[in-house]
Amino acid sequence: MSDEEEIILANLSDDELVEQMMDDLYDGLREEIEESVRILLARGWTPYDILTKALVAGMTIVGHDFRDGILFVPEVLLAANAMKGGMAILKPLLVETGAPRMGKMVIGTVKGDIHDIGKNLVAMMMEGAGFEVVDMGINNAVEAYLEALEREQPDILGMSALLTTTMPYMKVVIDTLVAKGLRDDYIVLVGGAPLNEEFGRAIGADAYCRDAAVAVETAKTLVARKHNQMTAG
Amino acid sequence: MTDALTELLATRDWLLADGATGTNLFNMGLQSGDAPELWNADEPEKIRALYRGAVDAGSDLFLTNTFGGNASRMKLHAAESRVHELNRLGAELGREVADASGRRVIVAGSMGPTGEIMAPMGSLTHALAVEMFHEQAEGLKAGGADVLWVETISAPEEYKAAAEAAALANMPWCGTMSFDTAGRTMMGLTSAAMVQMVDKLAHKPLAFGANCGVGASDLLRTALGFVEAGASLPIIAKGNAGIPKYVDGHIHYDGTPDLMADYAVLARDCGARIIGGCCGTMPEHLRAMRAALETRAPGPRPDLDTIKTRIGGFSSAVDGTEADSADAPTRRGNRRRRET
Repeated sequence: MSDEEEIILANLSDDELVEQMMDDLYDGLREEIEESVRILLARGWTPYDILTKALVAGMTIVGHDFRDGILFVPEVLLAANAMKGGMAILKPLLVETGAPRMGKMVIGTVKGDIHDIGKNLVAMMMEGAGFEVVDMGINNAVEAYLEALEREQPDILGMSALLTTTMPYMKVVIDTLVAKGLRDDYIVLVGGAPLNEEFGRAIGADAYCRDAAVAVETAKTLVARKHNQMTAG
Repeated sequence: MTDALTELLATRDWLLADGATGTNLFNMGLQSGDAPELWNADEPEKIRALYRGAVDAGSDLFLTNTFGGNASRMKLHAAESRVHELNRLGAELGREVADASGRRVIVAGSMGPTGEIMAPMGSLTHALAVEMFHEQAEGLKAGGADVLWVETISAPEEYKAAAEAAALANMPWCGTMSFDTAGRTMMGLTSAAMVQMVDKLAHKPLAFGANCGVGASDLLRTALGFVEAGASLPIIAKGNAGIPKYVDGHIHYDGTPDLMADYAVLARDCGARIIGGCCGTMPEHLRAMRAALETRAPGPRPDLDTIKTRIGGFSSAVDGTEADSADAPTRRGNRRRRET
C-alpha cells in the first residue's frame, strides 16, 4: 500500500517530487513543502520555476476543487499555509533573481462595511497563488483606496462588501477612479456574499468573483491579458 | 426548572420567530459601518421600535440587537470594554417590550460569530472563543433574556465554543448555522453533519437549525436535510426574504410577503418548529407568515421539486448530503501520503 510507505522526498526524481508537492499542498503539509522547495533549489531549479511549476500549479488544483465544492475553507486555508511556507523561502530569492512577479493586489472592505472574513479568505488565497497582497482592512473610504493605489501601484484593486447597504459604495470608488482618469490603470475585482455578475457589470468592475477561488482564477487571467496587451501595444 | 421557550414549545406546534434586524435598523437611519449594538445605549427608543415591529406582527420570539456584541466584533468600534453593558441593555429593552405585549413572547439573546477563523487554520483559540461568548452570554442573562440564540455560525468549532459558553452561563440556548456555500456552511459542514455534531454536545440546544444563507428555497432544503438525518431536537428555519437584487442603484430583496408566507408553511411541512425570517424580512412579511401558518392546514413533507415549484430553485445542484449519488463531487482519490 502506497499509503503506508514512507516517502523520502530527496529520493524522488524531479517529476515525482513535483507531483508529490502537489499532493502535499492538497493535504496542507507545510514542512514537507518547505523541504521539497529546498531540495529543488539544491538541484539547481530557479526560484521562479519552483513557484510556477510546483507551488502555483498545486494551488490551482486546490482552487479548482474549492470552486467545485470538493474542498472547503478549512482545507484551503491549510493548503495556503503550506504554500506560504514555501513562498517564505522563495521570496527573497525571487527578488534577487529579478523573476517576473505574479502581480500585486490592494484589497479592502468598503466604507460602512465591517465584515471581513470573505476579504481575508481572498487575501489568503491570493497570497497562496503567489500574488503580493496589501490588505487595507475594513471600512475604507474612497480616499483610502486612492491613497493605497498611489502608494502601492498594484495590478489589481479588490473591493468587498457583505451588506446590501454598502454594496453601492463600490460604485462610488469606481466612479471616482473614472473621474480621475485612473480606472484603466487597474483591474478592479469585486466580491461579497450578496453580489452577482450583473451587479459587477452594472457598477463598472472588471469582474465579480463569487468566491476566493474564482478571485484567484480571474486575477490570473486578467493579469495575463493585461501583460499581453502591454506587450502587443 | 423549565425555561420559557421549552414551556411555549410544549403548548404549540409551531412558533413564529422574527425577521431582519439590520434591514430594519438601516431603515431607521443606522449608518453603514456603525455598530448597531451601540444603539442599545444611545437610541433605546429605536431598538424598542425594532422589537415592537416583530411583536406587533405576531412573532412569538424575537432576537435582541446584540448579534455583533462579542469582544472581537466590538473591538472594531473600540467598544470591547462595553460588551456586558451593551448586551445587558439589548436584553433589558427586549424584556420590557415582551412583558408589555400582553402575551407570552420569548426574548432570545442574539449571539453572532466572532468573525475570526479558529485555530489551527486561524488565530482564535477555543478557550478565547468560549471566553468571548461567555462574556456576552452573561450580559444577555443579566438583562433578562429567556434563552441565548447563537446564529449565522459557519465553523463547527465556533458552535461548540458557544455551547460551552451557554453552559458556563447556565443558560438554555438555541443555535443556527448559515448554509451559504453549495448547501453547506462556509466551512463545509452539511446539514446532516450538523445534526451529528449537535447530538454529541454536552450542553444541547433547545432547538437548532439554519438561518440566513442563500434565499428561502435553499434554507428549506437544509431543513429537509436535518429531518432526513434523524434530528431529534426541534428545528429552526430562519431564511432570507429571497435574494438581493440591484435595481436602479439600490438593493432590495426579491422575496415578497406572499413568497415568505409560502416559505413559512413549507418550512412547517418540512418539519421546522420555530419559523422566522432573516435578512430582508420586514414586519409585513412576518404578518403574512403568521396569517398563513394560522389559516393554512399542514401538508405532507414537500420534496425538493415541490419547493422549487412553489418558491423557486436552489443555488446549487447538490448540498453534500447525497454522498452516494452519482452527482456527488469527490475528493481527488489515491493521494499518496507520507508517514507521519
